[in-house]
Amino acid sequence: MSEPFTTLSGKAAPMPEENIDTDIIFPARFLLITAKAGLGRYAFHDRRFDANGAEIPDYVLNQASFNAAPFIVAGANFGSGSSREQAVWAIAGLGVRCIIAAGFGEIFHSNCQRNGILPITLPAQTVAELMVAAQTEQTFAVDLEAQSLTVGNRAFAFDIAPERKLALLNGWDETSVLLHQYAGAIDEFETRQKASAPWLYAEDDAS
Amino acid sequence: MTATTLYEKLWNAHAVAELPGGETLLYIDRQILHEVSSPQAFVAMRDAGRQLRRPQTHIAVVDHAVPTRSPRADGIRHGTIEDAQAASQIAELETNVRDFAVPYAELDGAEQGIVHVIGPESGFTLPGTTIVCGDSHTTTHGAFGALAFGIGASEQGTVMAAQCLRQKRAKTMRIELSGTRHPLVFAKDIALAIIARIGADGAAGHAVEFTGPAVRAMSMAERMTLCNMMIEAGSRVGLVAPDDVTFAFLKGRRLAPKGALWDQAVAAWRDLASDEGANYDRVIEIDVASLVPQVSWGTTPDQTLPVDAALPDPATLEEGPARRQAEKALAYMGLTPGQSLTDIAITHAFIGSCTNGRIEDIRAAAAIARGRKVAPGIKAIVVPGSAATRAAAEAEGLDRILIEAGFEWRLAGCSMCVAMNDDRLKPGERCASTSNRNFEGRQGPGGRTHLMSPAMAAAAAIAGHIADIREFAA
Repeated sequence: MSEPFTTLSGKAAPMPEENIDTDIIFPARFLLITAKAGLGRYAFHDRRFDANGAEIPDYVLNQASFNAAPFIVAGANFGSGSSREQAVWAIAGLGVRCIIAAGFGEIFHSNCQRNGILPITLPAQTVAELMVAAQTEQTFAVDLEAQSLTVGNRAFAFDIAPERKLALLNGWDETSVLLHQYAGAIDEFETRQKASAPWLYAEDDAS
Repeated sequence: MTATTLYEKLWNAHAVAELPGGETLLYIDRQILHEVSSPQAFVAMRDAGRQLRRPQTHIAVVDHAVPTRSPRADGIRHGTIEDAQAASQIAELETNVRDFAVPYAELDGAEQGIVHVIGPESGFTLPGTTIVCGDSHTTTHGAFGALAFGIGASEQGTVMAAQCLRQKRAKTMRIELSGTRHPLVFAKDIALAIIARIGADGAAGHAVEFTGPAVRAMSMAERMTLCNMMIEAGSRVGLVAPDDVTFAFLKGRRLAPKGALWDQAVAAWRDLASDEGANYDRVIEIDVASLVPQVSWGTTPDQTLPVDAALPDPATLEEGPARRQAEKALAYMGLTPGQSLTDIAITHAFIGSCTNGRIEDIRAAAAIARGRKVAPGIKAIVVPGSAATRAAAEAEGLDRILIEAGFEWRLAGCSMCVAMNDDRLKPGERCASTSNRNFEGRQGPGGRTHLMSPAMAAAAAIAGHIADIREFAA
């Protein structure tokens, strides 16, 4: 279970740079930590802190206006690179619950939805406008049920797969849903596959 | 019947159910686990009181966090790891594989190595299967005609318990490779040239299939390098249809089918090809005869140029994202606009990783190193992708050639591709690297990475700066 996502409002931290990869979001050396909780302090670590651990004042998340922002507006291809889910757990640890970009790394996008974070993909031109709105500290508001993002007096519709929406709205755990709804279909698939591709079951049978 | 692509065939063969909203419940045949991305998945299994649905469809190994040196003369690493967090992460995997009865390629065993090297080597990776791993370079296994993609920790737990994942079908992209390449242009150069051409998100949302005579002429190691790098163009899936090269590679491997099952499997695998006239959403054609060795200069893999080129001058670029990115990358990399690539001095060379840590890669490096010396002050390491690769290289005497040239000969692991073990750069250090990512800090905070082929990295180590292998070899 993750926390259900219904509506959200607040400021958006602007990150106009493109290709912010998951190594930037969560540097590899912190991957030795095996906990999921408490990773917020490592989010964007090498952008937020200098080599001595002191805050870099210019960095967006170190500015008083944005350090508690629940939204991020990012440049294209946000979350590209490594599949590390720690990138999502760390962003969640900052209190961010919605990320808006013209495109995402696909694995990162998928990881967001499994952790109660809503990734919204909008056209590059729209994101450029939202970037300005974020920089000028306008309030962002999202209503997942209505699939609507409101900034100032403008509303933007966004797409999300119905099953993903339902899971986010309810905070459902995907594994439980699959085991509950599709156990019979999975059994039937295995029976069919074992007949057509028996070599894929040789090790199960041997053990 | 409509002509279908290999990707669609693999997808359709694994569809358990079509879900409302256009997603598919996809059956997963194989999952590879490593110490860094799996702990939280096992925690979820324990918390929910679940067991693995089919433990034998999994294989676990330690690769990311392990040191590639041992203080012991016999090379045993277990019990010698100084980094307490790394040692604890490895111990946690050992507990998990024991408690959940997962087959495990143990740290000092003959099958240890990088997930994407040992899967194929052990015959765990097979054509026509779906394969996942908590690692984005799972694209590698697509070289066998397997639908293989990287996933997060939550999804790993779902596969453990349900052997399925909910997935959205990708669009398809065909990359046709024609022509005969220069003998010193490798699969890595082709991959980098493709990424430079289409961009770091140029294949996002697409499953890439490589076709054409230049792919058919490639070894399995080269096909793996090619597929491995497709995530750097934003694609989760790279594919090559299996053929006799694939079957010859797999035959007799420990987990490959045996006897009558082998014959039955090969007969089925021969059908794993895109149909004549199948439609792709995008088609790209590349004549590899026109390519020269490639080197990345920036902080995204698409910031790559032919080795004989000069660095871009942002002042000559139009105002826009490309210009801003070039300015930022040049600043991070400590480079001057317009500078020749071959004038860039290095401090380190790294030959290894899931991209270029196979026996063919080590042979290519050794061929350059033979009878030469690493330049003074350069730290150059060769890290085999697996214990089996290391043993094979030693049987060929490649370790001697490399050590005599001044390279360090290491134990198998991810090493300097991912800065979470002992092998990393310090701020400002610069590495000629056969790995896959030149991201900021990827090889260590403040470290600077230039991606290239193993032969090019070996040449850079010897020259002390980025070198054009075509002149170097003459």
